[in-house]
Amino acid sequence: MPQKTARRAGRRATARRFTRRDIAVLGVLLGIPVLLDIVIVWGPALASVGLSFTSWDGIGDIHWVGGDNYENLVEDYPAFWPAVRHNLLWIAFLGLVATPFGLFLAVLIDRGVRFSRFYQSVLYMPVVLSLAVVGFMAQLLLGTDQGVVNTILDNRNDPVDWLGDSSINLWMMMLAASWRHTGYVMILYLAGLKSVDPALKEAAAIDGANERQTFFRVTLPTLRPVNVIVGVITVIEALRAFDIVYAVNKGRNGLELLSVLITDNIIGEASRIGFGSAIAVFLLAVSLGFIVTFLVQELRGAREK
Amino acid sequence: MTADIRATARTTEPAPPAREFRPARPPRRGRFGVHIFLSAVSLLFLAPLLLAVYASLRPYEETAQHGYFSFPKKLSFDYYREAYTESGMGKYFMNTLIIAVPAVIITLFLAAFVAFAVARINIRGSLALLMFFTAGNLLPPQVLVTPLYVLFLKIDLPWWMSDSMSLYDSYWAVILVNIGFQVGFCVFVLANFMRTLPKEILEAAIVDGAGVWTQFWRITLPLCRPAIAALATLEFTWIYNDFLWALIFISNPDKLPITSSLNNLRGQFFTDYNLLAAGSVLVALPTILVFLLLQRHFIAGLTLGSSKG
Repeated sequence: MPQKTARRAGRRATARRFTRRDIAVLGVLLGIPVLLDIVIVWGPALASVGLSFTSWDGIGDIHWVGGDNYENLVEDYPAFWPAVRHNLLWIAFLGLVATPFGLFLAVLIDRGVRFSRFYQSVLYMPVVLSLAVVGFMAQLLLGTDQGVVNTILDNRNDPVDWLGDSSINLWMMMLAASWRHTGYVMILYLAGLKSVDPALKEAAAIDGANERQTFFRVTLPTLRPVNVIVGVITVIEALRAFDIVYAVNKGRNGLELLSVLITDNIIGEASRIGFGSAIAVFLLAVSLGFIVTFLVQELRGAREK
Repeated sequence: MTADIRATARTTEPAPPAREFRPARPPRRGRFGVHIFLSAVSLLFLAPLLLAVYASLRPYEETAQHGYFSFPKKLSFDYYREAYTESGMGKYFMNTLIIAVPAVIITLFLAAFVAFAVARINIRGSLALLMFFTAGNLLPPQVLVTPLYVLFLKIDLPWWMSDSMSLYDSYWAVILVNIGFQVGFCVFVLANFMRTLPKEILEAAIVDGAGVWTQFWRITLPLCRPAIAALATLEFTWIYNDFLWALIFISNPDKLPITSSLNNLRGQFFTDYNLLAAGSVLVALPTILVFLLLQRHFIAGLTLGSSKG
């Protein structure tokens, strides 16, 4: 009984109006991060949209050109469609190869094998490496003359140019990116799997489900929140991919990605800021599509609570 | 790399020895195969790192002649000394610290308060606030780069804050961008964490007349210590690894943080890959050490946001 009254009093206290000092604290400590997020993130994002309708070189006057940049982008810019294709491939590769592989590793380790902590540590070690370092390691492994892979293949007379040949270098980069992505996905799923109620699995086993059925019909559906997060991370990482190709060959010769085209146009010699922004807006639109889907899911989750 | 992993997966997954164990020990079926598979994958995951270390210990002439995958005649730490002294890596490490330490602390402080406001006190539009921050963190950095570049060029700073006299080409720029960009992720994670804390503690404090600041600083924050530690580890790694922001907002090569300076090293020693390998290992070392020493925190940071989402 005393507990109940305390709780009731607490509820009344929460509903109570804030004091002046409270409002000052809230104003300053919410104001600063909100302002910062507007200045650093949302303002520039909107400004990019505005700049995409101009022809600006970064120095002279800003001229409004309407949709010209977008028209040029789609019709006359030879690097655009390959970059779109590369980004889509990147999404598909991470989503269909690296992510399921991470899930598979998580399931294996979650079954409680011995040395599982060792395996875990090794498998997510790459997550802490900078992609610039990963890009360099790719060169060490895949170099033409002394690279390890060519040495193992023993093709000195006719070495494969893993990073220079524009028909294969993208695949090598996607493998290198997967090296990090797999570990990340595995951690997320391992945490998710630990929170799955074992009683569910036992019930399924009693009902005569085999391991595979239990996994796909019982475990995977209960991992839904993790699945959503992993999905978002996979897509966002693929759209953001930049460092690794930039470290290898500045994103040229078969490694064109939308992020690289933006960087080239705005900080390159040409400095076509309006045009670069148009590419950025395209990337923004695609990302926002996925971000909104994710937020709607989160919102639903928060309402249920 | 992963192609090889896949190939191994196919050959070891059905695990013939496991089948043989089946009649004798049904519950442990597949264990042996699983171990072979996991060790093979682990080895492949470690291989690039081990290889970089191996290459960095050998003279260039040797690997140039026999390739990186050959038996060593001579091993030494000479390249590490050379990479560290000749390229001034100490200076670049210092730059990283100047950027990362304040960025991590301020990010966590600001994010903790926003998360507190969103998750622990009833303010209007808290869900919208949460969305505002979370979504911001998911935007591709390239979308923000141009307007920020222009803005930073226009903001003047006094000489004692920046020798370039503007926000552009100063540490402040990179610190600010990192904070602005990372706050979103930390808000998301900390808000999720704070929702799991018992409400009663806060209610009792309110009855005792605690104001918003006391509720945040004295009551909520101490309970968040594990989450904060986890995020600090994670954020340090991310900000340390940042490549793009420093590349764009800093023009003086002497001010670059360590990760972005790897490109400089490449220019300096474009022929000597072994020296570059030593440089890469040195660059990777701090994050690997943080990871090995604070593994539990690091992983907790990555998973806090997801398992309770």
